[in-house]
Amino acid sequence: MNVETVIANVRSISETLNRRLVFMEVCGTHTVSAFRTGLRSLLPDNVSLLSGPGCPVCVTPTGYLDQAIAIARQPGTVIATFGDMLRVPGTESALEKERATGADIRMVYSPMDALNMAKAEPEKTVVFLGVGFETTTPTIAWTIKEACEQGLKNYYVLSAHKTIPEAMMALVSAGDVKLDGFLCPGHVSVITGSEAYKPVCAECGIPCVVAGFEAYDMARGIEMLGKQQMEGKAEVEVEYTRSVTAGGNVEAQKLCVDVFDKSDTEWRGFGVIPQSGLSIADKYNDVDAAIKFKGLEVPEAEDHSACRCGDVLRGICLPPDCPMFGKTCTPSDPVGACMVSSEGSCSAYYKYGQ
Amino acid sequence: MCLAVPAKIMEIDGVMALVEVDGVRREGNLTFVPEARIGDYVLIHAGFAIQKWEEADVKEFNDIMSGIELPDEDKA
Ligand code: SF4
Repeated sequence: MNVETVIANVRSISETLNRRLVFMEVCGTHTVSAFRTGLRSLLPDNVSLLSGPGCPVCVTPTGYLDQAIAIARQPGTVIATFGDMLRVPGTESALEKERATGADIRMVYSPMDALNMAKAEPEKTVVFLGVGFETTTPTIAWTIKEACEQGLKNYYVLSAHKTIPEAMMALVSAGDVKLDGFLCPGHVSVITGSEAYKPVCAECGIPCVVAGFEAYDMARGIEMLGKQQMEGKAEVEVEYTRSVTAGGNVEAQKLCVDVFDKSDTEWRGFGVIPQSGLSIADKYNDVDAAIKFKGLEVPEAEDHSACRCGDVLRGICLPPDCPMFGKTCTPSDPVGACMVSSEGSCSAYYKYGQ
Repeated sequence: MCLAVPAKIMEIDGVMALVEVDGVRREGNLTFVPEARIGDYVLIHAGFAIQKWEEADVKEFNDIMSGIELPDEDKA
């Protein structure tokens, strides 16, 4: 089977159902892949893909950036972060601007690089920006445990870790969008296992298919969601069988349970979603940047008043619906987080046209 | 940001491995895939192996990537 055959099946499903079908790709990597591979343009007119809240940088709220900026201004502090965070605007500044005026902010590829930095420079306080979903969380958990076991006194993590199924359920229960299925994130599911979406199916009555990232994978995922609609089912299925099992990566899960506690956390566009965050467990307090820098003064968070990132993340509007899209907001001069991250919907729409 | 790529394990030293992605060698932490051995394929994310891949899966992946059509039975 090839992509064209699968797309033909999707077309016949949509014709049989004789209505518009809306599927949400939860993951930012899917969003980009659907554009890059041309999949979006192959889909029949009455089948549409809507981007969801699956870009970790995009959903990190402004208040977190403000906190990171305040920490970056402390003498002797190094902020280590994945690259995309640098350009996300805070209320009054951005990490990139702070770096230009002398703050020590370094991009890393892996949280292990940040840990090694702390080891190599014991006179510095290294703070890693712990942003990411289930895929990334275990890698940071590993550095937290390692720092404690090695007795490192200068490595900290500012955790904004989030979990995807809770956001999917919050999105559905807000009732703003009507979805016919979720294309679930491939690499989040490598860790969580496909079982993690069972509550989404059960509570929201929406089919879930975990898909890989090639055009073929995503098309197959859409076909499987369509079939479930035809059969009136709402179940979890896996298309990305080369990576995803029902139970996920147990070693990684165990470590995350040890290092983090579930907590309520704020998502850009959603506000606080109960039990959708991971804060560092008490026994690792010594590594928790939120505790270490508790007294720091941080400005009251404020978003750019006209930026519609929040609505984009909830699938309420598309990037081109934002009056600033492509005009005052572009990837080289972004106003909102969804234009900064290469996985953000606004950036994907801008780059690949619409 | 959740991007992960398949890589081949070339050397192992304790929990760390040297892996090869597209001809480029990098470090990969094997904590989450303790059963991985030299010659195995793993999916690497942010410097950590998060899942083992069977060789057939790597082949399928490469075939999809290069746009080659697969016989139906291989897809089952
Ligand atoms: S186009 Fe820019 S300003 Fe508009 S929603 Fe997207 S990121 Fe925000």
